Amino acid sequence: MLKRILTARETILAAAILALLVLIAVRFPAFVAPSNLIAVFNDTSPLMLLALGQMIVILTKCIDLSVAANLALTGMCVAMLNIMMPGLPVAVIIVIAVALGTLMGMINGLLVWKLDIPPIVVTLGTMTIFRGIIFLISNGKWVNAHEMSPAFKAFPRAELLGLPMMSWVAILVILAFFVLMTRTSLGRAVYAVGGNPHAAVYTGIDVGRTKFTAYTISGALAGLTGYLWVSRYAVAYVDIAGGFELDTVAAAVIGGVSIAGGVGSVFGAVLGALFLGVIKNALPVVNISPFWQLAISGSAIIVAVAFNAQANRTKGRVILKQAEAAA
Amino acid sequence: MLMQTQTQAETDPVTRPTPVLALDGITKTFPGVRALSEVSLNLYPGEVTALIGENGAGKSTMVKILTGIYQPTEGRILVDGEETRFPTAQDAADAGITAIHQETVLFDELSVAENIFLGHAPRTRWGLLDWAEIHRRSSEILTGIGAEIDPATRLRDLGIASKHMVAIARALSIDARVVVMDEPTAALSHKEIEELYELVDQLKAQGKAILFISHKFDEIFRIADNYTVFRDGQYVGEGRIEDTDNDALVKLMVGREVAHIFPERTPELGDEVLAVENYCHPTEFDGVGFSLRRGEILGFYGLVGAGRSEVMQSLFGITRPSSGRIRIDGEAREIASPADAVGAGIVYVPEDRGQQGAITAMPIFQNVTLPSLGRTSRSGFIRLAEEFKLARTYCERLDLRAASLDTDVGNLSGGNQQKVVIAKWLATQPKVIILDEPTKGIDIGSKAAVHDFMAELAGQGLAVIMVSSEIPEVLGMSDRVIVMREGRMVAELGGDEMTPETLVRHAAGIRES
Repeated sequence: MLKRILTARETILAAAILALLVLIAVRFPAFVAPSNLIAVFNDTSPLMLLALGQMIVILTKCIDLSVAANLALTGMCVAMLNIMMPGLPVAVIIVIAVALGTLMGMINGLLVWKLDIPPIVVTLGTMTIFRGIIFLISNGKWVNAHEMSPAFKAFPRAELLGLPMMSWVAILVILAFFVLMTRTSLGRAVYAVGGNPHAAVYTGIDVGRTKFTAYTISGALAGLTGYLWVSRYAVAYVDIAGGFELDTVAAAVIGGVSIAGGVGSVFGAVLGALFLGVIKNALPVVNISPFWQLAISGSAIIVAVAFNAQANRTKGRVILKQAEAAA
Repeated sequence: MLMQTQTQAETDPVTRPTPVLALDGITKTFPGVRALSEVSLNLYPGEVTALIGENGAGKSTMVKILTGIYQPTEGRILVDGEETRFPTAQDAADAGITAIHQETVLFDELSVAENIFLGHAPRTRWGLLDWAEIHRRSSEILTGIGAEIDPATRLRDLGIASKHMVAIARALSIDARVVVMDEPTAALSHKEIEELYELVDQLKAQGKAILFISHKFDEIFRIADNYTVFRDGQYVGEGRIEDTDNDALVKLMVGREVAHIFPERTPELGDEVLAVENYCHPTEFDGVGFSLRRGEILGFYGLVGAGRSEVMQSLFGITRPSSGRIRIDGEAREIASPADAVGAGIVYVPEDRGQQGAITAMPIFQNVTLPSLGRTSRSGFIRLAEEFKLARTYCERLDLRAASLDTDVGNLSGGNQQKVVIAKWLATQPKVIILDEPTKGIDIGSKAAVHDFMAELAGQGLAVIMVSSEIPEVLGMSDRVIVMREGRMVAELGGDEMTPETLVRHAAGIRES
């Protein structure tokens, strides 16, 4: 089992992140100080959460471009709710955020499942709709830090054993996802649906329902992240996390999730997100313009996909050899 | 008598003109499969040659070779007696060879005229497409073959028969010398078939050589001048149609030595486990009903497209029947989805393993346990040790050879992938297992293993339905055979009635002579 968890892809990626850290540490030892590493992890938590949601959707041969818009809409809703009812406990707010996100995920899932619309079109549409709704309910105005209740803002920063709550949430979700993907029939169904939809049908798996569930989970994570994001940055407006959906796709793909579905792992997606997180946090330190981040993460995606293609090609040769031997 | 015909044709070349197209000693191998073995085919100007053979005899491979889609592994292609090669489909087209396929290869979004002249459209002086000329010649050709179709119509607005006419018009627009028709009448009505015959006569009169592939004997005797018979990728004979008859052709098609010994077994039939009553589907099949007992192997024979797989897919809940009932162990069951079927104890090993069988990017053990995860889980969580045990039990039963159960199924050979799919279903402890073309595309050794295993399953009291297009397999394995033709059951044969000739007769709809 250990072998499967640490398949080559995850190991290579972990090694790349370590090498990156060593490289930075040579010039800027402060970057690898434990407190800074925790800060980097914490800063990357939203990306990890969304990348996991994106991963489960991509595994079923779909894509969710609406995650960032879902996050922003949920964030705006809970921020406005906080203004209206400042006394509402954070636990209730989190439940509401997850519920809102889940609802939006279910809308995506239903459109893909019942109407059979291509996933990219569905989520491109809902992405725009969700952003539009934020504008409508907020009249384009910002919700600023002074309007939010202290408890609302405090939760993601509260520390437990030296780690902020936002990091703890990410860790818990990662562990839950690992169990979900490796130890439940839903996890298996997700891999089967993406790996070979026809075969999945013939095995008695409901392909449409599995996709719907994947979107629902992705939506729930986006909702949860929506609250964390707005409370941590203490601001909500129409354009928060603009373009972040592409970062989630990038993290998943860099982490070895095949865009064609059926291949990918929880730790791959997490490492993919961390890789992008380290780069984003290190660039200002080493005095490189953050705009380079775009070029670097773009290159990382292409390298990762090239890796995938290469791996598949060697596989093809092996099959042929066996066929020749059989003949 | 037949041998005489053959020798006559071979030793009497004086009476025959040079073939326009001759394929000589063609062998085509794919990894692990020998599709054609030193076969020959001659096509003469102004004559129709029927290529006859069972499903899997190598007819389609031959068509693909002479249209430049496949390259022969060995052998020669002669055009007007001169050796040549067709490295691409375009080269074959340039040599005047054109094919009208069973399923038309046309573009739905383009107009009729564009479809006819795509790739060889007339140009103006300036090198632009000459639309006036394209439309003029399109209507000329269409009128010539008696098809009243406006060349400006978008293809997708046409019916299947009209599309066929467009395909034929396209073939004619190339100024073809050799026209290949691969089951051209499969989608046509009676009237349209008559029109097609007239068209074939016209083409003959123009001196074109025609290769006509069909399963329908009445058609062959109606329009062919010559025949060539393939069997299992080998050439078995050719001759003039007027020198032969139904019986002789059937014998040539099926008369073979049994390729390998089938397992001896004395079926011990138990109670009725499955009863299907009047199963109907709006488009695919009608009035299917049969009963199956424990320990029985029931064969389903028919030509490709006879509706056998469609019946099985509906029994397995992939498609819904329009009417009909199923009883399992005497109890009426509603099967609306594959999950229902598995729950009722019916499992289905599909024909196309790559597409429908295994999930190649998943390890063996996960493939095997996929439909049985409920049994290896506790409170919703899979217990890996249990899962491995279950997978190992069934893989060992099937003698599946792999380095580890952790290996991805994509790394296994075809025969072993087949075993993974079967192991997956056995792990659900079914009552009825449906095997659709269980040995298609696998090597002889693996075939024997699958046959032995089928016999073993039946011996253990499992009811087996086997859909197969291979006559020796159907006869060698089945206790009873149901023959289907055009979506209907046309015969149920048992004991001494099960002979190659009766199977072919019923499947092809030849009346007793």
